[in-house]
Amino acid sequence: MRVALFITCLADTLFPEVGRATVTVLERLGHEVVFPEEQTCCGQMHANTGYRAESVPLVRRFARAFEGAGADAIVCPSGSCTAMVRDQYAGLAAASGDAGLEASVTALVPRVFELSQFLVGELGVEDVGAAFPHRVTYHPTCHSLRLLRVGDAPLRLLRAVRGIDLVELGEAEACCGFGGTFAVKNADTSTAMLTDKLQHVLATGAEVCTAADSSCLMHLGGGLSRRRAGVRTMHLAEILAAT
Amino acid sequence: MNGPRRFPEAAREALGDSQLRANLRRATHTIRDRRAAVVAEIGEWEALREAGRAIKEATMRHLDVHLEALERSVTDRGGVVHWARDAAEANATVARLVHEAGAREVVKVKSLATDEIGLNDALAAEGITAHETDLAELIVQLAHDTPSHILVPAIHRNRAEIAALFRRTLPGAQGVSDEPAALAEAARRFLRERFLGARVGVSGANFAVAQTGTVCVVESEGNGRMCTTLPEVLITVMGIEKVIPSLADLGVMLQLLPRSSTGERMNPYTSLWTGVAPDDGPQAFHLVLLDNGRTDVLADATGRQALHCIRCSACLNVCPVYERTGGHAYGDTYPGPIGAILAPQLHGMRGPTTSLPWASTLCGACADVCPVGIDIPGVLIHLRGRVVAQAARGDVPAGERLGMEAMARVFSSRRRYEAAQRLARAGARPLARGGRIEHRLPGPLAGWTMSRDLPAPPAQTFREWWRAR
Amino acid sequence: MSGGAARAAVLARVRSALADVPAGEPGAAVPAVPAAAAPDDLAGLFADRVADYRATVTRCAADDAAIAAAIGEAFARHGAGSSVVAPGVPEAWRAAAPGPEVDEPALALERLDAVDGVLSGCALGIAETGTIILDGARRSGRRAITLVPDLHVCVVLAADVVAGVAEATARLGAAIVAGRPVTLVSGPSATSDIELDRVEGVHGPRRLEVVLAG
Repeated sequence: MRVALFITCLADTLFPEVGRATVTVLERLGHEVVFPEEQTCCGQMHANTGYRAESVPLVRRFARAFEGAGADAIVCPSGSCTAMVRDQYAGLAAASGDAGLEASVTALVPRVFELSQFLVGELGVEDVGAAFPHRVTYHPTCHSLRLLRVGDAPLRLLRAVRGIDLVELGEAEACCGFGGTFAVKNADTSTAMLTDKLQHVLATGAEVCTAADSSCLMHLGGGLSRRRAGVRTMHLAEILAAT
Repeated sequence: MNGPRRFPEAAREALGDSQLRANLRRATHTIRDRRAAVVAEIGEWEALREAGRAIKEATMRHLDVHLEALERSVTDRGGVVHWARDAAEANATVARLVHEAGAREVVKVKSLATDEIGLNDALAAEGITAHETDLAELIVQLAHDTPSHILVPAIHRNRAEIAALFRRTLPGAQGVSDEPAALAEAARRFLRERFLGARVGVSGANFAVAQTGTVCVVESEGNGRMCTTLPEVLITVMGIEKVIPSLADLGVMLQLLPRSSTGERMNPYTSLWTGVAPDDGPQAFHLVLLDNGRTDVLADATGRQALHCIRCSACLNVCPVYERTGGHAYGDTYPGPIGAILAPQLHGMRGPTTSLPWASTLCGACADVCPVGIDIPGVLIHLRGRVVAQAARGDVPAGERLGMEAMARVFSSRRRYEAAQRLARAGARPLARGGRIEHRLPGPLAGWTMSRDLPAPPAQTFREWWRAR
Repeated sequence: MSGGAARAAVLARVRSALADVPAGEPGAAVPAVPAAAAPDDLAGLFADRVADYRATVTRCAADDAAIAAAIGEAFARHGAGSSVVAPGVPEAWRAAAPGPEVDEPALALERLDAVDGVLSGCALGIAETGTIILDGARRSGRRAITLVPDLHVCVVLAADVVAGVAEATARLGAAIVAGRPVTLVSGPSATSDIELDRVEGVHGPRRLEVVLAG
């Protein structure tokens, strides 16, 4: 299968290891990965903060960047950015009054998948041949869980990793408090939510806290680092790429 | 209310109150677990929710027709219907009716609509004492406090605080213990005299059936039955969005509401009355239909669904923001996720409640539990857009707009985007240590670095690696 | 008096707010909710669900002697020495209540506050929720009699138990159209306002005894 990688601006700029790991996993499974270099940002930050007009050119750019890739699927290591495309693009394109954009969005959206959703739901793969002999806890991010409904796909992938000691996170489905610009606009509330989430992470005794979203992990990792907690954050793709 | 403060500032104060946070956490977790258990009993729950959503949507789209039908049915059954454009008009109507009944006191059933319009204060100004009879509302009234939750208004107080309050303020309760049963008994003794002597009762309405003119109040303690049965005169104040077309619709709502709100299969008491029943209950019934901003909400085709709310409060109980801050931080009668979409619209998208659409991480927990399928996150995003669009009002920091526009320009060009990546890397270099920025940064990042380190941009972006591969 | 100007203004605002709704759009029909499979033993489920909310349930045969015996025991359990009885309660049941006073003509409120308990029948029971429904007819009595006394003994005939809430509201149409008040009662009065601890018995009858006949 020819897979176009939708890396997200955050992973591209701050967490390139997540992109590299995604490529590793997909290629190990025998797929051809392409990276349309015209992609920048999906526009989620603008759309979700209320800057709808500013997000429309980014929708258009996304559509142009991926439509020429000739890919069977567009795969993204972020539940949140995938949900932006899947849930909001159609509405933004329709409101823009640009029929061409609407048509390309309609054609693209059904082919956009979050990584775990793609591996388990589309490819039917759970064992990606990874080995990771560490104690790990998994935080299901809100948009993976409640917008994309990935269910237990990430957990299925993790359970198949050799040597892993997967421990359950208490109150796992509670939001970590990131929420995009919420983290700065309502920094105090965001911090209170983070504090509670980190208590649960620390209670597991895990060495690594993983999730399928670099943005939530940046928030969790930033909090762990500030506390010198000694727990690392790693994206799901990085664990799946490890051998 | 809590004064004209925006959510972030009000929340900061609430977050500092550890007793409040402990009370809230315990209460919201208890009630959300109860809800989940009774909802799981119903195999057709999703079909019921869809029916609830469809009923509300269809009703709103023809609200004028249903309101006129309700008015006709109530009038035919011996009730009197009054209309009120705003709070002042509604309060004046109620005060006049109380005066006409020759009463100086009224007994009240817990009602959000009357909280919203500040009825108790308005009546006090007219020399009329309003006795709140719901236990939690009585607690709030005795403490000169404001409700912090739609369903359990005193959720922010624990038993020790309530016992201390009763000993200080409730006649005959000087020695009461802090056992909930003892506290409830003290309230019963105090209120029974009020019920038996009351000439006027005031209530809200959970639903009103247009076809038959039947008003419905759902409650647990029996105070609602007392207020709607024993007085000679009953005055009900209801928002115009509470009308539903038929008894079949009521059948759907009565399945959705109790399970979603108190987590019971059915609440202890549901009272339905249709105008005036000869020899049974009040012999005069007045229904006040309240607009007070609701037609502004109705005018927004996306925001309109906030009017579908049946006030179950399930969204409050699952909201991670509400769980941390409590209801007072929202600064309105309607807190939590539903308040964040309803309050700013009721206030005409002006004032401090315009900060509420951002009081959410968009985690989506509220949408999952809403019994009438309100897309709360979708409406939050929509209202953020409305606030941003009315830039001249200054509800959004000027710097934010400039920053967002600049970012949009950067993301609109691959060249500018890649240049910005290089610039970020260079700019972060002097601040970073071990790949992390621990400094408290100025400007928009100050909120981030107050509690979190920031990763420093690595030596190579993903796209640089891809090209070099 | 009821504000003709306010009425006109609110309705005009509503209509103007709904400018996007096409003229003549029909009111949508309520989507059908698939009925849950009715349990085999409606009366058994009803009894379980009533008891679940800490009301007392006594099951007996559907004959007057058995019902009267159950009524007598229910009042005796709470040491009740006086009672008010709904006017439509059969004489054979009434005789089992302690010192029964029939609410016809209507008793004064002070009297209702002084008696120990009330005996009524009801219109319907709902199995799924353990609810009894009083419909303001003679067997249920007027609202105040089942509200003010501290103990409510209510006789429910198994034949009057329906499966769910929707069936019950459909059957209530006649009472409502006749203008009678309807009260749904699920367990005794309760509050969860203090730390969400459920306390039975606030203002309404603090004890509910259900006699389920048949």
